[in-house]
Amino acid sequence: MNLQAIRVIYRSEMLRAWNTLFQTLASPVISTSLYFVVFGGAIGSRIQTIDGVEYGLFIVPGLTMLTLLTQSISNASFAIYFPKFTGTIYEILSAPLSFYEALIGYVGAAASKSFIIGVIILMTASLFVDLRIEHPLWMLTFLLLTCITFSLFGFIIGLWADNFEKLQIIPILVITPLVFLGGSFYSISMLPPVWQTVTLFNPVVYLVSGFRWSFFEVADVNVWVSLAMILIFLALCLIVVSWMFKTGYKLKE
Amino acid sequence: MDSIVSIKQLSKVYDNGFKALNNVSLDIKRGEILALLGPNGAGKTTLISAVTGIISSSTGSITVNGFDNVTHFRQARSQIGLVPQELTLGAFDTVWNTVSFSRGLFGAKRNPAYLKQLLIDLSLWDKKDNQLRMLSGGMKRRVLIAKALSHEPDIVFLDEPTAGVDVELRKDMWQLVNRLRESGVTIILTTHYIEEAEEIADRIGIISDGELLLIEDKKELMHKLGKKKLHIELREPTLEIPASLGAFDIELEDQGSTLIYTYDTSAEATGITNLLQQISSAGLHLKDIQTTQSSLEDIFVDLVSDDQYRKAAQ
Repeated sequence: MNLQAIRVIYRSEMLRAWNTLFQTLASPVISTSLYFVVFGGAIGSRIQTIDGVEYGLFIVPGLTMLTLLTQSISNASFAIYFPKFTGTIYEILSAPLSFYEALIGYVGAAASKSFIIGVIILMTASLFVDLRIEHPLWMLTFLLLTCITFSLFGFIIGLWADNFEKLQIIPILVITPLVFLGGSFYSISMLPPVWQTVTLFNPVVYLVSGFRWSFFEVADVNVWVSLAMILIFLALCLIVVSWMFKTGYKLKE
Repeated sequence: MDSIVSIKQLSKVYDNGFKALNNVSLDIKRGEILALLGPNGAGKTTLISAVTGIISSSTGSITVNGFDNVTHFRQARSQIGLVPQELTLGAFDTVWNTVSFSRGLFGAKRNPAYLKQLLIDLSLWDKKDNQLRMLSGGMKRRVLIAKALSHEPDIVFLDEPTAGVDVELRKDMWQLVNRLRESGVTIILTTHYIEEAEEIADRIGIISDGELLLIEDKKELMHKLGKKKLHIELREPTLEIPASLGAFDIELEDQGSTLIYTYDTSAEATGITNLLQQISSAGLHLKDIQTTQSSLEDIFVDLVSDDQYRKAAQ
């Protein structure tokens, strides 16, 4: 195992974020604060509690998930797409390291960044609402698993994309709608029965529900089902990425 | 022969059916400078990419110091440094960081003292904290070389190291190659500047259409394939070659005032004495005599065009 290589990839990715610290942090923090002002403050004050949780508080886990998902995907997809685009990937390909070691470096760094951003968003949120976490270990588990899984998913997108449009298309056309329709800002029990059933096909519902349960013990689906769903998605991503590595898909002719 | 890289019957066919390499076999000697010469698109870069692991080969095998470059890719690759043809560098990294990155990527332990000396040798030390995008093309080329040497490789591939480089940097580059060779590094460089191969290489391989047409010691190559020309300047021009000179390979130039005789240096007899006697008895008077030797360029052009002619005829 080429630990040096994993270390330098991880380090240079983290350094890149550090050099653009303002960009890395400002966008998630500002957008989260805006959501709080608009949904939590302006609209939330006119909405009654949901499942016994005040609305401003209720949206915290969903908002965090929204940012985690988009940040994980964009961090990891850019991290691998950019070397492909500029041609510097030649160095990774000619170095004595396996694709999996490169994966650990890139996905590890992307997941670390999202994790840090997740924590910062929760801290920002606690400035607006009186945040309580009933099950901190569950919360950390969901946070970590989400960061890793969606960074891996982003890595796959970055490998697959051969232009900037493809790089953006899945986050914009798939992830954002799924998160908004996945009960980030509402409980799915508020939907008509037909739509409740439809919504259950949205994987993000399980993520948000499990994550919210770890805060308030309020959930749309059982927490174990949530955990199983994210593990299944993680396994799927691992299967896809190992197929890509085996065939050298878009990396190696 | 002590070969450090051994390539056996290597072929590469791309998915679109293009055959970039066709049954190439090549042994690279330890410590030599091998120049791979060939026109654009001949397969030079493909060959390098196959050895360094950037592409996988379709058939054939490659060993580096005895290690197969697929089954033992870690051992094989850690001995190789590659300077790519394009100026492929990140934009916002600093010189120091990108060189340290390369060293780590190849699994070498940190060694700031070595990297410092490397940057000094390449006149990059005062630029170590500069962002890569701020550097000139020549400086970027030096950074790519520093990256390739960062892990102290035994074998260095230089893919068109002097393409688009000014004269001064080119001379610097040649000096660097010589210094590397003196320190025991094996160097393989591709070029389409014949002058370059002639200047610095020990052996020369010529590639055309994915095939290795020949590989030969430079001096032997020049000797074997080189032809000499004898330019005979006449006092008065002649309208045609006298019939008595018909047996010689002679051309008439400069409106009949110069005879050019082409002869083979490796032949037993050059025929010069005989020719001069015949010229004299034909009543022509000599003004001056001069010989020239064909350059590597002539040899190269002959070989490649012969090959293309042969293929076209098939």
